[in-house]
Amino acid sequence: MAQAEATLPASGSASTGAPSTALTTADGTPLKVSIRRAMRRNKLLAFGLTLPLLLFITFSFLMPIFEMTFNSVDNRPVANTLHRSAAALQSWDGQGLPSEAVYAAMAEDLKQAAEERSIGRVATRLNYQESGMRSVMMGSARMIERHEPPWKEALIDINAAWGEGSTWRLIKRESGAITFSYYLNAVDMTYADDGSIVAQPEWRQIYVKLFWRTAWMSILITALCLVLGFPIAYLLANLPSRHANLLMILVLLPFWTSLLVRTSSWIVMLQNEGVLNDLMVWIGVISDDGRIQMVYNRIGTLVAMTQILLPFMILPLYSVMKGISPSYMRAARSLGANPLVAFWRVYVPQTLAGVGAGGILVFILAIGYYITPALVGGQSGQLISNYIAYHMQQSLNWGLAASIGTILLAGVMVLYLIYNRLVGIDKMKLG
Amino acid sequence: MTKSTNIVEFKHVQKSYDGEELVVKDLNLDVERGEFLTLLGPSGSGKTTVLMMLAGFEVPTHGELLLNGKPINSVPPHKRGIGMVFQNYALFPHMTVGENLRFPLDVRKISRAEADKKVQKALDMVRLGDFGNRRPAQLSGGQQQRVAVARALVFDPELVLMDEPLGALDKNLREEMQFEIKHIHETLGVSVVYVTHDQSEALTMSNRIAVFDQGIIQQLASPSDLYERPDNAFVAYFIGENNRLRGRVKEHSGESCTVELENQGGSIKALNVNTGGQGSPTTLSLRPERVSVNPENGEVPNVFEAEVQELIYLGDHIRTRVKVCGNDEFIIKIPNAHGHAVIKKGESVRIGWAMEDCRALDA
Ligand SMILES: Nc1ncnc2c1ncn2[C@@H]1O[C@H](COP(=O)(O)OP(=O)(O)OP(=O)(O)O)[C@@H](O)[C@H]1O
Ligand SMILES: [Mg+2]
Repeated sequence: MAQAEATLPASGSASTGAPSTALTTADGTPLKVSIRRAMRRNKLLAFGLTLPLLLFITFSFLMPIFEMTFNSVDNRPVANTLHRSAAALQSWDGQGLPSEAVYAAMAEDLKQAAEERSIGRVATRLNYQESGMRSVMMGSARMIERHEPPWKEALIDINAAWGEGSTWRLIKRESGAITFSYYLNAVDMTYADDGSIVAQPEWRQIYVKLFWRTAWMSILITALCLVLGFPIAYLLANLPSRHANLLMILVLLPFWTSLLVRTSSWIVMLQNEGVLNDLMVWIGVISDDGRIQMVYNRIGTLVAMTQILLPFMILPLYSVMKGISPSYMRAARSLGANPLVAFWRVYVPQTLAGVGAGGILVFILAIGYYITPALVGGQSGQLISNYIAYHMQQSLNWGLAASIGTILLAGVMVLYLIYNRLVGIDKMKLG
Repeated sequence: MTKSTNIVEFKHVQKSYDGEELVVKDLNLDVERGEFLTLLGPSGSGKTTVLMMLAGFEVPTHGELLLNGKPINSVPPHKRGIGMVFQNYALFPHMTVGENLRFPLDVRKISRAEADKKVQKALDMVRLGDFGNRRPAQLSGGQQQRVAVARALVFDPELVLMDEPLGALDKNLREEMQFEIKHIHETLGVSVVYVTHDQSEALTMSNRIAVFDQGIIQQLASPSDLYERPDNAFVAYFIGENNRLRGRVKEHSGESCTVELENQGGSIKALNVNTGGQGSPTTLSLRPERVSVNPENGEVPNVFEAEVQELIYLGDHIRTRVKVCGNDEFIIKIPNAHGHAVIKKGESVRIGWAMEDCRALDA
């Protein structure tokens, strides 16, 4: 009741022809304000509904990516542990040997590191750059307690490496808070003694080759998926629904089977004593001792990954093809094009959005694939992701793993941008 | 070599999709050169099927199809040289309008210069001369429709098929396009086989109309014949509005007959068109505009007292529903002319009609 009365003055003033042009609701609030108020609730609701996913993505996706990028340049363990030496080395010009003050700072750092047991990480880190540095650092930290100043003689006494300029130049270079040497290593480069960037020695070059192999294999897998998937998607989109459903189940079947099972079954199929070789020997295509090595090498990776990634090509293609009315082909035929020309000039161009979506999906998945190459790839079929895993789990060189990962991520982003430029990401249709 | 006057001949054509039901039953139809022939019929009557057989996308189950006197049963669609306009236009979305029109010329290996000329001519013909560089998606429905027509004509086919080409347009645009297509047909002199289920479209555009129902041509005639002289109850019912009275033939002599209506509705003198003779059931068909109100004595043979049930004011005429001869769905159109009969709901009024306007058809 009270509210109804309160509206009276407002409507009264409106009817007397007040000059104000702003529209108001019956209770006098400006229309825009009350619309905004009404919308706010909807917005809050929408936000509330997306919040769980937002949080999940932040913690499980965005933060790890930042963490990884950070790890790839993070040099704080060295910078913190050797902070006195780093400060003292600032003024050294890199010629000859540094002054006694620098040696003294190093002795202090080593003592503290030995006490705090933080020397191990520093030693490992420096050893990535120069093999032998590990024992130099560990040994010196252990022995320094028993020595007296002057520190220059003492340190050189402990390890002759301290009497060489290159050791100090290395420490000066690698004691900043951030480092790019992981990235250099990831592309088979390193710092030379004089600080210039040079290629790693031949025998240590692996990553560039691996990046190329990964890219090349991914392209090959994508192409194979396209060649194999296009006809299937076409059938799926054009068969009467009874048959199409059956075919769809066959396409989706792999999704319902464990990845591990599928990969292992390829081993059963392809290995030397495997089904395929046995069959070929039995038919007589090859002799018993001419069995073909098809697994634990590049062929294994190629075959297994193509099979596993095929649905990711078929589904986007299918969804695009499903939307292409058969009347386009008919129109083309009625205009005088034979079936082949009609298909190539009218049908195929309309599937390009699907080809692009499927292609980029398969390529991105392939470029970071891990389990399958690890199981069936042998030595020659390993991809870059296997080395990321190796550095994460075996060598514990997380910085290198992170920098390789970041390069991979950057590559995928560039690809995405190119795709967006050429096709437009809004045209991408999945499933 | 003399060209036969018929561009298309269907000879005993039958079509079944599932092997159980005939969608087209024994079709015999000649399309004359240069004529605008419309297939008209309710949904599912087999119109599209006939067109698809002619275009080559469906194979007749039985019978023979002749194009220019030559059998084409085994000629693939792209070798038939028949232009076609689809209901959804089927303009290629990845090509510009110009490229769409150039497509049939390209596949025919026509030189660039000549193709350019033809494309421009076709675009001008549908008044879209400046739209060659647009994509189909950037055109309105009516413009897309015109492009589809231009594309079907650009390679100078002798025969063009159109399957409900105006179905997706709104009423005004549809009427404009009807006129335009008709105009193009007259200027170019191509033969057109046109499919629609809109009777007014069929009546305005066609030289002849084939009314289809259940896979059979019910009547093939000019628009005026079809409207004024329907052969059977289906055609009378399907084309235009008509009053239907059921009864039995009491006696017939020459052209005329006397029909006894069911439910003691009285007896009516009618034109004996399509009845089974004396004693057979029949449907009388009578156009609402042929019924006169308060006829002069002796002017017409059929005069009845009718009770006015409903009046609907439609501007140019007043639609009046009356109860007469035991039928309360009987419609009369009273033209809104100077001094027209003034009648009111619930009143009783005398109505009548001539023997020639009341056609006794099959039951
Ligand atoms: N490809 C097909 N397979 C099986 N049956 C079909 C097929 N095409 C049409 N039919 C059937 O044939 C009959 C005639 O279909 P058609 O498309 O020729 O009708 P229509 O006269 O064009 O109807 P509409 O006015 O709705 O377009 C229908 O009963 C339809 O269900
Ligand atoms: Mg149809």
